[in-house]
Amino acid sequence: MIEDYLSLFVKAVFVENMALAFFLGMCTFLAISKKVKTAIGLGIAVIAVLTITVPVNNLIYTYLLADGALAWAGLPEVNLSFLGLISYIGVIAAIVQIMEMLLDKYMPALYNALGVFLPLITVNCAIMGAALFMVERDYNFGESVVYGMGAGVGWALAIATLAGIREKLKYSDVPAGLRGLGITFVTVGLMSLGFMSFSGIQL
Amino acid sequence: MSKTREILLGPIFTNNPIALQILGVCSALAVTSSLNVTIVMCIALTVVTAFSNFFIALIRNQVPSSIRIIVQMIIIASLVIVVDQVLKAYAYEVSKQLSVFVGLIITNCIVMGRAEAFAMQNPPIPSFFDGIGNGLGYSIVLLFVATVRELTGSGSLFGFEILPLVTNGGWYYSNGLMLLPPSAFFVIGGFIWLLRNAKIDQVEPAEYKIASHTK
Repeated sequence: MIEDYLSLFVKAVFVENMALAFFLGMCTFLAISKKVKTAIGLGIAVIAVLTITVPVNNLIYTYLLADGALAWAGLPEVNLSFLGLISYIGVIAAIVQIMEMLLDKYMPALYNALGVFLPLITVNCAIMGAALFMVERDYNFGESVVYGMGAGVGWALAIATLAGIREKLKYSDVPAGLRGLGITFVTVGLMSLGFMSFSGIQL
Repeated sequence: MSKTREILLGPIFTNNPIALQILGVCSALAVTSSLNVTIVMCIALTVVTAFSNFFIALIRNQVPSSIRIIVQMIIIASLVIVVDQVLKAYAYEVSKQLSVFVGLIITNCIVMGRAEAFAMQNPPIPSFFDGIGNGLGYSIVLLFVATVRELTGSGSLFGFEILPLVTNGGWYYSNGLMLLPPSAFFVIGGFIWLLRNAKIDQVEPAEYKIASHTK
């Protein structure tokens, strides 16, 4: 039992890294990775949001949307799975909003550190992508908690590393056309190659 | 008329959503290992962007600005659901290959970004063309990447063999790396390099200058 969860976690962090293996959350990944400090702040926010939204979406899918899920309400023939996309994004937007209010009230220091990143997370594809992967792979509730957290940690790890590289990279002499965005793409490609070496790991 | 033309063609090279605005990169990388899938994705994205721009521009004066994000989300999500269902009905194979990426059009920053930046300030018809233009700008990059990757990776285009492979008695050794995810980054990086060599004004300023040699 524990081993299953552990291997799922390791797989989500390294082998199936959200940013470097599936390219999810790339827009924010490339745009907000100039400084290590902000990158880590954003990473923490993503971990928190993923750990909450994936399990909640899992519950919504299992008890409301899946084929025959409404049997408990006396409607065994109803299949609402086509409403999936709109409900996941609604749930994500709502949870991000609630988290923002709670943090503002109880942890103002963290709230100020995250600043504008929290609302931005709503449109981060990594969050939505994790929810969709969870549905596609039929995770149960426990697995979805572990998967959400692992995916978040993996993403945070990737963005913190990229920010570290970019902080050094700005001192180097890059060809004019590649400067900025271009060289960042190439760097991420190399990082992604590095992460591919995890893919042979059998857990 | 020339304004429409500018709105429609501007995003293709001069203001490309991927190469300049860093919007919508996620799907650009993940769906480009074969041309068939890429074209379906491009069409889906262009349709969603155009219509979401159109509908958001229609109601732009009625929506209070405090809830505009959620309203945009709902419109975009409904359009994506329509596209997803159509794909499942008429192109089931491709829709399986695209897996979660059709759903991820919702969080594709191009759609949201154009809605926020253009459709909220402009009437419906120009917004519609702006959506198509940005969809085309996105498609150009994707098609370029997919062509390079499929041609060098499996020696074919649209699944037809162009470069005869060694395994089939030809001369071309397929480059497996090009089918793997990281190559997409290199190809897009190269595309940006080419584009910026042609359009010098898009080059980003250097943060630090290398000092010249001292005597």
